[in-house]
Amino acid sequence: MSELLLEIKNERLSFFTPAGEVKALNDVSFSMKQGEVLGIVGESGSGKSVTAYSIMGITAHPGRLIGGEIHFNGHRIDLLTETEMRKIRGNEVSIIFQDPMTSLNPVYTIGNQICEVLLLHTHCSKKEARQKAVELLTLVGINEPERRVKQYPHELSGGMRQRVMIAIALACEPKLLIADEPTTALDVTIQAQILELMMDLKKKLGMSIIMITHDLGIVSSMCEKIAVMYAGKIVEYGTIDDIFYNPCHEYTKGLLNSIPKLTEVEHEPLVPIEGTPVDMLNPPAGCPFAPRCKSCMQICLTTMPDYTYLSDDHYSACWLLQKKEFETQQEEK
Amino acid sequence: MDKLVEVQNLKQYFRVGGSLFGKQYIKAVDDVSFHIGKGETLGLVGESGCGKTTTGRALLRLYEPTGGKILYDGINITHAKMQPYRRKMQIVFQDPYASLDPRMTVGDIVGEPLDIHKLSASKKDRSDKIIAMLERVGLNSEHANRYPHEFSGGQRQRIGIARALAVDPEFIVCDEPISALDVSIQAQVINMFEKLQDEMGLTYLFIAHDLSVVKHISDRIGVMYLGKLVELANSYELTFHNVHPYTRSLISAIPIPDPRINRARHRIILQGDVPSPLHPPSGCNFRTRCPYATAICSEQEPEFREVGANHFAACHNLDKIPKA
Amino acid sequence: MQLDVSDFLPASDSEKQSLVVMRDSVGFWRDGFNRLKKNNIAMISLVVIVIVFILAFIVPSFYPYDYAQQIRGSENLFPMTYSTAEQATIDSGVSVFPHFLGTDNLGRDLSIQIMMGSRISLLVGIGASAIILLIGSLYGAIAGYFGGRTDQIMMRIVDMIYTVPDLLIIILLISTLRYPLKDLADNNPAFGWINIIGVGLICIFIVFGLLYWVGMARIVRSQVLTLKEQEYVTAARALGASSSRIIRNHILKNCIGILIVTTTLQIPAAIFTESFLSFIGLGVAAPMPSLGSLAASALGAITSYPHRLLAPSLMISLIILSLNLFGDGLRDAFDPKLKK
Repeated sequence: MSELLLEIKNERLSFFTPAGEVKALNDVSFSMKQGEVLGIVGESGSGKSVTAYSIMGITAHPGRLIGGEIHFNGHRIDLLTETEMRKIRGNEVSIIFQDPMTSLNPVYTIGNQICEVLLLHTHCSKKEARQKAVELLTLVGINEPERRVKQYPHELSGGMRQRVMIAIALACEPKLLIADEPTTALDVTIQAQILELMMDLKKKLGMSIIMITHDLGIVSSMCEKIAVMYAGKIVEYGTIDDIFYNPCHEYTKGLLNSIPKLTEVEHEPLVPIEGTPVDMLNPPAGCPFAPRCKSCMQICLTTMPDYTYLSDDHYSACWLLQKKEFETQQEEK
Repeated sequence: MDKLVEVQNLKQYFRVGGSLFGKQYIKAVDDVSFHIGKGETLGLVGESGCGKTTTGRALLRLYEPTGGKILYDGINITHAKMQPYRRKMQIVFQDPYASLDPRMTVGDIVGEPLDIHKLSASKKDRSDKIIAMLERVGLNSEHANRYPHEFSGGQRQRIGIARALAVDPEFIVCDEPISALDVSIQAQVINMFEKLQDEMGLTYLFIAHDLSVVKHISDRIGVMYLGKLVELANSYELTFHNVHPYTRSLISAIPIPDPRINRARHRIILQGDVPSPLHPPSGCNFRTRCPYATAICSEQEPEFREVGANHFAACHNLDKIPKA
Repeated sequence: MQLDVSDFLPASDSEKQSLVVMRDSVGFWRDGFNRLKKNNIAMISLVVIVIVFILAFIVPSFYPYDYAQQIRGSENLFPMTYSTAEQATIDSGVSVFPHFLGTDNLGRDLSIQIMMGSRISLLVGIGASAIILLIGSLYGAIAGYFGGRTDQIMMRIVDMIYTVPDLLIIILLISTLRYPLKDLADNNPAFGWINIIGVGLICIFIVFGLLYWVGMARIVRSQVLTLKEQEYVTAARALGASSSRIIRNHILKNCIGILIVTTTLQIPAAIFTESFLSFIGLGVAAPMPSLGSLAASALGAITSYPHRLLAPSLMISLIILSLNLFGDGLRDAFDPKLKK
């Protein structure tokens, strides 16, 4: 059908909490090719983790997909039953979570946990699984793998645990690896190791990666394409050069201006984005970024903007871009 | 510049482990010396377990120091009664969710230091001072009757700052104050710290693990590793002319949000993990991960000495390390 | 869609601000009570508890029968029946207040006995829980806050108390104290109330005060230990607050929730203990009725007059169940961990 590995069309997802409906994802669409590295950047409440979990079908209760389609490898996976979804999880799509401390089960050895996923999805015997586990540990750069495979999670450091998580995720050679803030809980020198490892493994195994993070530094060193999310919507999508050197959404611009840069020589004052993140129980009508946008216009307060394409790969949802088009149209009249 | 805060050979050890098998200590802070001038911001960076947070708290005598001296404005406060100094030395915490009592209103939280130090003449005076403090940090009077859980992380951090400022302090220890905040809010809070410093003539000890932020706000920066200070210099020097191998790899490991720079960059990726603080390596505690380690590094601890103008470092092999 | 030039005019700050609305302020208690109200089981239990309280404390004052009143001729009546003498009175035109639950073997109305018995049970439950709360929370707070050696010693004492067999102590106490207390009551008019309450009940209270507070102490201690480590306590210290200020304003305030819940759950446990002791004859003295003693005296007549056993047993179950369910509801409503 297409060489697209993943295609998400108009996804809408809400959490039906006692306090009200939280529209976590509000018409999200994007696609990925095989072998691509996509970064999803956003802050808390932007919906980036929710997107990832919805691909895997592990959205927490009381969340529910209320609209849209998710296509993976040519099949629609949002309609699959739980049993069918289980065949895909860990097998074709894997996920690494943020906190390796809590993602690994403390009462099982790490060898056991790697073997678990192998035994679930492949037809290898226990012996073969154990051997593969040792190979995987070597692949992710853990030394003395025969000894480590019998150890428990608490005997390993944070960085090593994250490597084990990666080993588990890659055990069945998935086509897509989702990494949900995999290095946020790690020290910066360990983070560098893990990110380098992920890029190495991508080259070796050719899988696609979705990198979810709030750190623009990480995406700029790892990703080819970036989706910037705010309040459940992709506000800008583009290649990394587009996003970093030609951002068109006020939020993206604001983020780039508000990060202190290590490389600056003079003390440049930071230009923060005013206001506070959106309360997802009472999102504003119209563009969710409107209250914080310094270029906010009348129409931004009432109506959600459509996407404007600046190129095939670069689009953004902003009325300012529509304004330019409108003005050009007016001049032509 | 006058020295407002000075620590000399500060040691903070914590006992762990059973007493049957002999005492084991974590040397969280091991012989650290530095000073902070009036109106200056000293940044302290390092990774987890380096002792920077412990240093900040030991400075405020929230722990009893195991050794060394703490001087405030020339006076030795290592074993003094802290009550009068609590007015002058304050702290802002990292976790905006845990550092505010969930059962107290915002007004009471900001008013507590006023009550403790008896700084308000009447109920109205207290209320006025609280509102003034809230407005100073960008909140308003209607927030005073609400509870912390009704606010976002960034707003809670502002409340914590308002509380610290209520006593009109001279010196504030900022213990990772923005790490728990969203990126778009971090800039607001950083700017606010700078603005307050200008307006109120504050002196800061700014502790963080994010060197980009520390470099932005600090005049001088100290780098810590496993309880020791490995390098101390002004911000520009430390970023562009650093000498210690750890500083260099720390900077190299930080991802820069600029694709062109990233492509051109040569990254030094350290191998291995941070050693356990219970069993630090002998001699220089960085030697197990240091690309320039030699025999002497395992035998002798390097001395923390001046290697340039107001630039200190602790390393045996500085002459072997190429210039930055 | 049709766009207009005016759509692209800039929006003012106030227009932007109007989009941001802060949610209504809800304090901790109101939030908890809101959650409690939504818990149907807890609300039903609360209604039952209120009804029981009314029956136990208010209704007896208006009830035409007394718990000790023996009506000749009306022995062993079934619920809602009348004796021949009473029937005659009704026929002659004078109304007789019905025996809703019948009478016992001495002609005493069962309904009023059940109500008085509930009163005793509730009083004992609440009184015992109050003792436990006072001793336990003080002990636990001291051990938890001061920590170190003090804590170690205090908790070892608690461990030792746990091992003591409570029933044995109660029996021993009752047998030892019965005669001295009786002498005291007989000879000293100021202690006359001892006879009314009964030696058994006094011993129950003594034992509660000696032994049963340890559970509360442990709970309070662990709560204080956790609270001590909270960053806002460190913040208070950094502000210069004294220990007493910290305990008062920060630690105790944050304990109240758990104290209320634990006490509410302690009451049914105390009631159960009292009922059990009265059942085996160690509780209140006759003729003061206790639900347990009523059940005990009804055992012999279980085949012929089952209602005499059913009524007090059901009442005990109802009281304990409703208090437990309400306590559970309280805990769920006020548990800070459930809050996001």
